[in-house]
Amino acid sequence: MEIDPFIFRLSIFILSIFIGYYVVWSVTPSLHTPLMSVTNAISSVIIVGAIIAALAGDAEKIFDTASIYGYLAIILAAINIFGGFLVTQRMLAMYKKKKKDK
Amino acid sequence: MSANLLAIFYLISGVLFILALRGLSSPETSRQGNLYGIIGMAIAIGVTILSAGNFSTGFIFLLFFLLFGGSIGAFIAFKIPMTAMPELVAGFHSLVGLAAVFVAISAFLNPIAFNLGTPGDIKIASLIEMSLGASIGAITFTGSIIAFLKLRGIMSGSPITFVGQHYLNLALGLVLVGLIVYLCRTQIDTFFWTIIVISFLIGVLLIIPIGGADMPVVISMLNSYSGWAAAGIGFTLENTALIITGALVGSSGAILSYIMCKGMNRSFFNVILGGWGATDDKTKNTSKEKKPVKNGNADDAAFLMKNASSVIIVPGYGMAVAQAQHALREMVDALKKNGVKVTYAIHPVAGRMPGHMNVLLAEANVPYDEVFELEEINNDFANCDVAYVIGANDVTNPVAKTDPQSPIYGMPILDVEKSKSVLFVKRSLSPGYAGIDNDLFYRDNTLMLFADAKKMTEDIIKNL
Repeated sequence: MEIDPFIFRLSIFILSIFIGYYVVWSVTPSLHTPLMSVTNAISSVIIVGAIIAALAGDAEKIFDTASIYGYLAIILAAINIFGGFLVTQRMLAMYKKKKKDK
Repeated sequence: MSANLLAIFYLISGVLFILALRGLSSPETSRQGNLYGIIGMAIAIGVTILSAGNFSTGFIFLLFFLLFGGSIGAFIAFKIPMTAMPELVAGFHSLVGLAAVFVAISAFLNPIAFNLGTPGDIKIASLIEMSLGASIGAITFTGSIIAFLKLRGIMSGSPITFVGQHYLNLALGLVLVGLIVYLCRTQIDTFFWTIIVISFLIGVLLIIPIGGADMPVVISMLNSYSGWAAAGIGFTLENTALIITGALVGSSGAILSYIMCKGMNRSFFNVILGGWGATDDKTKNTSKEKKPVKNGNADDAAFLMKNASSVIIVPGYGMAVAQAQHALREMVDALKKNGVKVTYAIHPVAGRMPGHMNVLLAEANVPYDEVFELEEINNDFANCDVAYVIGANDVTNPVAKTDPQSPIYGMPILDVEKSKSVLFVKRSLSPGYAGIDNDLFYRDNTLMLFADAKKMTEDIIKNL
């Protein structure tokens, strides 16, 4: 009997929830704001769906309705990816330890 | 590129995303973690483009739109002031939600491209997955827009409630389930569009009854939703990177919501089903009588703190509003020169999003090892000479421990009352967001400093 590939994806999903649970509890509370901005950036990996949709159109009519939604999603996700990672970088660069000489 | 190789690359991105979150366990490893996240994203985008193998006109448009969106994002990231971080995150959540809706729409319109069947004959499992992804994405989108408007102050932060609100939401939820069932049976596109429209409506209805002080929960919750939306799309596209990421982000947001609710001693449902606004009528009426307060000025405050041996700073949302974090750091530097030991105490729900105060203090160059969480520092108040409360209120209110009638009863508070003297920087005696009076204002060892947080702190520096 063959196992439906859906079950494999479901397994990945459930196990990832557990990984997320333990990883996020170990995040120090002072970094909760960067945590939100970086999770926001990585959830924009949804851009892969947008790219597939955008490039699916025929070469002659690259702007059929389905690809237009794809291109729009690319713009939105790209704002998030660049904005999310860069603002996280900017925040994390500010966290400094006490200087020894003080 | 073969489908198997592609799947392995997506798995690698997924693992890199896990490492990105893992890095945040300490500030030292966090920057490296962010780099892992960026690499993971670059891999995911790179292999998707390569696998499409279509380097014609469409590819050029793709690059153009990618860079167009990217430059908008980069511009925002560099320009945004740290005090506006809650709005920014809410705004970004809305974009993830809308992107999920768009991807679901294009998958519905062109299922062949995603290997999901043909229009009018899409696999049932895929239909369910894409409807869920689109629906959660749409709720995230409008919900985040409302949260953004409330945080930005464009929309009033007070809860908007009406009779039968919860029943309406419940009814809409049931309609949504019914529509998904009908969509799967008939494959008629009208049902798909209606699902999206109703979800947009639900997003608005879910967030409008939630008050300004509950925003930390709302932001965390929307963070979680954006993750579940991504996971829904991940199942549709059979993409491991999206499934892993969706699960990570979804659980991350859920945990943050839980931490925020615990910080206010309220259940998640209590927050979701409406603000404090409805319950605090009677407490407001009882506190009308005028009680005497001790009113101080910058000179008194400077004198008290200069002669103290230890001072604990308690920042709150008011500090963010007044942009007082830099002045505060200068004041602390001056105090340290006088040999005063200074630390910072941060309540879990201080500010408008998780960790909000920590970022602002970090921006003002406060070393993170001087900043402590509630459990770490609460016992120190008993041995501290002066507590300097700047822009915080409800999180210091002792009524949370003494009065079971109070709406904030049971909420963990910072034990500011135990320090020898308390300095309260506040614009007026007005109650905080919970709408209740703070007993601490009228104590003998409390000195009220009525002024703008930044102005007062600057005046104290002059007097030190």
